[in-house]
Amino acid sequence: MGNVLEVSNLATYFETRAGTVKAVDGVSFAVGRGEVLGLVGESGSGKSVTGCAIMGLVDPPGRIVSGSIKLGGKELVGLDDQGMRAIRGKEISMIFQDPMMTLNPVLRIDTQMIEAIDAHEKTSKKAALARAQQALEKVGIPAAADRLKAYPHQFSGGMRQRVAIAIALLNNPSLIIADEPTTALDVTIQSQILAKMQELCADSGTALIWITHDLTVVAGLAHRVAVMYAGRLVETGFVDDVLDHPLHPYTRGLLRSLPSEGIPGQPLEQIPGMTPSLGRLPPGCAFAPRCRNATEICHRSSPEGTVFPNQRLARCHHPFDSVAQPVGLTER
Amino acid sequence: MSSSPGQSLSTAPTQGPVSARVETPFQRFAAAFLEDRVAVAGLALLAFIILSSLIAPWITPQNPYDLTRVDLLDSRMPPGSQTMEGFTAWLGTDGVGRDLYSGILYGLRISLVVGVVSGLIAATLGMSIGLISAYVGGKLDTFIMRLVDLQLSLPSILVALILVAALGKGVDKIIIALIVVQWAYYARTVRGTALVERNKEYVDAARALGLSKSRIIFRHILPNCLAPVIVVLTVQTAHAISLEATLSFLGVGLPQTEPSLGVLIANGFQYMLSDRYWISFFPGVALLLTIVAINLVGDRIRDVLNPRLEK
Repeated sequence: MGNVLEVSNLATYFETRAGTVKAVDGVSFAVGRGEVLGLVGESGSGKSVTGCAIMGLVDPPGRIVSGSIKLGGKELVGLDDQGMRAIRGKEISMIFQDPMMTLNPVLRIDTQMIEAIDAHEKTSKKAALARAQQALEKVGIPAAADRLKAYPHQFSGGMRQRVAIAIALLNNPSLIIADEPTTALDVTIQSQILAKMQELCADSGTALIWITHDLTVVAGLAHRVAVMYAGRLVETGFVDDVLDHPLHPYTRGLLRSLPSEGIPGQPLEQIPGMTPSLGRLPPGCAFAPRCRNATEICHRSSPEGTVFPNQRLARCHHPFDSVAQPVGLTER
Repeated sequence: MSSSPGQSLSTAPTQGPVSARVETPFQRFAAAFLEDRVAVAGLALLAFIILSSLIAPWITPQNPYDLTRVDLLDSRMPPGSQTMEGFTAWLGTDGVGRDLYSGILYGLRISLVVGVVSGLIAATLGMSIGLISAYVGGKLDTFIMRLVDLQLSLPSILVALILVAALGKGVDKIIIALIVVQWAYYARTVRGTALVERNKEYVDAARALGLSKSRIIFRHILPNCLAPVIVVLTVQTAHAISLEATLSFLGVGLPQTEPSLGVLIANGFQYMLSDRYWISFFPGVALLLTIVAINLVGDRIRDVLNPRLEK
C-alpha cells in the first residue's frame, strides 16, 4: 500500500498569554490507501488539532511550527490559502463530531451539496444534483431525491451524519478525517455509521483517519491505531497488537478503564490524576506523574520513541516488553 | 460488503417514514406570525396603506402635483366641502387648495419610498460592514466598531439635519441622509450575531469543504444573521419615516413640490390655532397609523424570531 498521507515530526503550538501550548509536539504517522487509522486519546491530547493541522484549519493563535505533512507526496505545510483550499474538500474531507451543528441550518441539503462540488469543479447544476443524489444513496438515505430538498432540521441525528458523510465523499477524496463522528450518536446508529464508513472506504480505497476517544470503536474499525497523550504519540501499531498487548502504560490504563474489562459490581479502574496542562508539561515523560511504573528517569527525561517488531512504536522508558523486544530507536 | 459506487443500498431505512411535505423556514415563520391577531391586524392595515398609496392615481380625485388642477379658491375648505373642481373633499383642502385625501395618499408614497429604500440600502451596507468586521476581526473590527460607536453617540436628528442642510433638498438627498443615520444599527446587530455564528461548527465544515471566504461569509453566515436584521429593518423603517416627516416638518426635508406627510403636516401647522385643524390632523393620523402598523408587524416578527421568547 502506497502511503496517501505522511506526517512527520508535526508540531503545532498555540501562543497564548499563559505561554506556548504545545498541542501537537513531534507527531509522525502515515496512512496508506484504503487504510483506517484510529487516532486515540483523551480530551486535550491534541488529536483534533492534528486533524485540523492536516486540513490546514489551525486558526491563530495556533500555528504549525515545524514538521511536514505530505499528501500523495505533495507537501502541505507552508502551502498558501489558495492552494490549501483546492485540497480541502477535494483531496481531504473532514467529518465533524456533531451532525446537529455541521450542516448549515438555513440551507437546503441540495444547496450545501452542490456548493461542495461547485467549489472544486465546474459542472452543470443538473450533473451536480445527480451526483449529490448518488452520494446520498451511497450512504443509505432512502428516497434520496426527495430528501435533497429537505432542510437539516428535518433529519434525525444519524441521518444528518450520513448526509455529512455523503458530502465528504462527494469529490472522491483520497483521505477522510473523521473527528469523533459517532460520539453524538446513540450506539445502534453508531454501529451502522461505522459499518457504512468501513464499507465505503474499502470500496473506494479512501484512507481514513478516525479520531476518537473510544477504544471499542477503534477495535472494530481501524487497521492501525495511534495513541496520543499530551500532544505526542505514545504508541502506534496494528490494532490487534496494540489493544491485546499494549506497550505503553497509558494505553494499558485506557484499556483497563473500559467497562468491559472490569468485574461487575466493582468500581472501574481509573488512570489516577488528570491530563496535564499542555502549557506546563513536566520536564520528563508527560505521563510520568500518573504512571505506576514511573521511575526516577521518567521524571527527568522525555523518552525516545522505541521501535518494536511488526511496525510498532512506543514512547516509554519502561515499555511492557514481555511481548516484544525493541529493535531500535527513532530519530526523536 | 462490496457494492459498486452509486448503487442504492437498501440496508438502512432506519428512520421513520419520509415526509413528503417539505416545510421551508419561511413557511414556519409565516404560520407562527399569523397566530397573533393584533399582528395580523397590523399587517392588514400596513397592506391597506401600501396598496392605497400604490393605486393613488386611480382612487384620488386630484393629482396634487398637477398645478393646473389645483384651484386657489378651494383653499382651506373644511372636510366634506364641494370644490370648484367638482368633487367632494372628504378630508378638506389645504392652504393652496389641494385636496387633502389626495395629498395624503401621494404623500404616503413618498414617505414609504423614503423609509423603505433608505432602510434597505442601509441594511445592505450595514450588514456587509458588520459581517466583514466580525469575520476579519482584529484591528479592522475595532476600527469599524468605534466608527459605529461614534455614529450612534450622535443624535440621529442632528446628523440628518446637518447632512440635509449640506446636501440640499430632495428625495435622493434625504435618502442619503437617512442611510448615514441608520447603517450603524445594522452593522452592530449583524456583527454581534455573526461573531456567534462564525464560531459554529458549520463554518468549520464549510471551510473544510474548501469554500472561499466570501462564499462562507455571504452564503453561509449571512442567512443565519438575517433574523435580527429583519427586526431592526422594520423598526428602523418606521423610524426613518418619522425622521423624514420630522425633517420635512422643520422645513429642511422635502420641498413643497414633493409633499410627503411631514410637508403636509407643516403646511397646516399655521392654521392649527385658527380652527382649521384638518390640514395638519389628517396627514398626522396617516403618519401615526403607518408607523403603528409597521411597529405591530415588527414586534410580532421579533417575537417569532426570538428563540428566547418561545412559549
